[in-house]
Amino acid sequence: MLNNLMQSRLRGLVILALILLILPVFLGNPFHYELVTQMAIIAATVVGLNLLVGFAGQISLGHAGFFGLGAYFTGIATGTYGWPSVPALVVGAIVVGFIAWIVGRPILRLKGHYLSMATLAVGFIIAIILNNERALTGGPDGMPVPAFEVFGWELSAFGSYSLFGIDIEGFQAWYIFASVVLLVAVWFALNLIESPIGRALRSVHGSEVAASVVGVNTAKYKSLVFVISAVYASLMGSLYAHFQGFITPAVASFEFSILFITMVVLGGMGSTFGVILGAVVLKLLPQVLADFQELEHVMFGLILMLTMIFMPKGLLPTLTIFFSKRMRRKAGGEA
Amino acid sequence: MLAEFLQYLFTGITIGATYALIALGFTLIYNASHVINFAQGEFLMIGGMATVSLTAMGVPMIIAVVLAVVLAGILGIALQRFAIAPAKQADVVTLIIITIGASIFIRGIAQLVWGKEYHVMQNFSTDQPIEVFGAVLNSQSLWVLGVGAILVVALVLFFTKTLIGKAILATSMNKEAARLVGIRTQMVLMLAFMVSALLGSVAGIVVAPITFTSYDIGIILGLKGFVAAAIGGLGSGVGAVVGGLSLGIVEAMAAGYISSDYKDAVAFSMILLVLFFMPRGLFGAKVVERV
Repeated sequence: MLNNLMQSRLRGLVILALILLILPVFLGNPFHYELVTQMAIIAATVVGLNLLVGFAGQISLGHAGFFGLGAYFTGIATGTYGWPSVPALVVGAIVVGFIAWIVGRPILRLKGHYLSMATLAVGFIIAIILNNERALTGGPDGMPVPAFEVFGWELSAFGSYSLFGIDIEGFQAWYIFASVVLLVAVWFALNLIESPIGRALRSVHGSEVAASVVGVNTAKYKSLVFVISAVYASLMGSLYAHFQGFITPAVASFEFSILFITMVVLGGMGSTFGVILGAVVLKLLPQVLADFQELEHVMFGLILMLTMIFMPKGLLPTLTIFFSKRMRRKAGGEA
Repeated sequence: MLAEFLQYLFTGITIGATYALIALGFTLIYNASHVINFAQGEFLMIGGMATVSLTAMGVPMIIAVVLAVVLAGILGIALQRFAIAPAKQADVVTLIIITIGASIFIRGIAQLVWGKEYHVMQNFSTDQPIEVFGAVLNSQSLWVLGVGAILVVALVLFFTKTLIGKAILATSMNKEAARLVGIRTQMVLMLAFMVSALLGSVAGIVVAPITFTSYDIGIILGLKGFVAAAIGGLGSGVGAVVGGLSLGIVEAMAAGYISSDYKDAVAFSMILLVLFFMPRGLFGAKVVERV
């Protein structure tokens, strides 16, 4: 039983790793690589958000706030104060985690729409501060961010490197780096879900009262997962800032928060691989729709509505059910 | 000193009345169907934009207003019928995403039809401001307040005196029981969305000469309306009005006395503060949850 569980958990991870390994075959130019690297970073963010939304059943409409804080902490610490990247990333995550813990305690008592309102408000306040503190953040014009560097070794999308004797370009190096980050993020999330903490979270999702009756400290677990998902967002925000080389307050905007939560719901709440699919689809969709120019927003809104109306459980869970039914029918026909 | 204070107060009450109307629209839909409609702001946008473009085509103001309101009403019905009703078993978050999808869709169409520019609407009556103790009052503010007050009274009468209003209330209290006594609940839900859209579009029309109007004005106005509704306590009509007015006044005072850069932050700090101490808003029902 335990063996089976381990295997199914690993299987998904292995499939994801294989996809990431094969993908470069289809990537023709630096723009493709840039898109996929962004996808991986954002997918890792929503994997963290999904822990909160999909497993603990708490809604956050302000997660871009934490993503933006991470991005700006990195931007200011490395750019303005000359910190090395890794300490900036780690300290940023700690600070954001602490902020999430402080605001999370009173907010997470709230239920349903009041919780979504409160998280939305937190996200908005962060975005407004980033917009207005011009001396620190550069205001709406944004600020440049230095390349990611470890012990003097720089990872820049414009550099060129040699990996095991193979020459690769900077954007390819970033792709590899982001892929590894995504795999680690997924691996951590999958382990957390199967741990006692994950079980406690799912009990909170099922029924908070029942969970507290059987002795689960629901307040503690809710704020723990809120902090974890905020730390995910902060870390990914930091990497995103390094990768882009330039950030504006848009990374903390309400629109970005909505994009994150939409990725979770569209891909399939509670399905780690589903939300990655959600991130991929919502990142790709504007590229595909760009051909329709004027109609882009109309189509985007329409697709969003239709998917949610006809697949309320999200893409991956719905597809899985569909295919397993067909497989079963096929198997039944043969027998 | 007094003049300055009065000036901020006038601004606050005017914009607050608008927030109150949006919040009432939220409340209505929330009560009838427990959906938070993120497309609420688009009804305002449709009201304002349709009126502006119709009058520009030479349609008399009154007819333009009526047509704009009817258009919004149809949109409200369509939203319920084609987007909300088919997803009845969906999760709270899923419904939120559906209404967000709807708002992107509506905004996209508005951008196609009306473009991205800001549009200016003439004041309904004189452009001559009224002077009160040294403060200047835009005549349009009186329109906003007057129309707002009339709509609130009309809503109260609608819910207490008419059969349809009572049917909406009954449906919001217990859908199954309402259906058992012969109320066509699906009709009622469509009606609730329509009334909510009417409210929103009227608010959008009367406020348009003050704020200007553009295809994307619904986003921030809708969110402020949501904040106002949550401050008052979701589902409470009195709360929506009190929440809207107090949000408008606090915002105007903060913009005037503290910093206009942080005007929008005030609304969101206010909602956090209210929710910290009163998790169900000012007038929210004390719900006993059945386990």
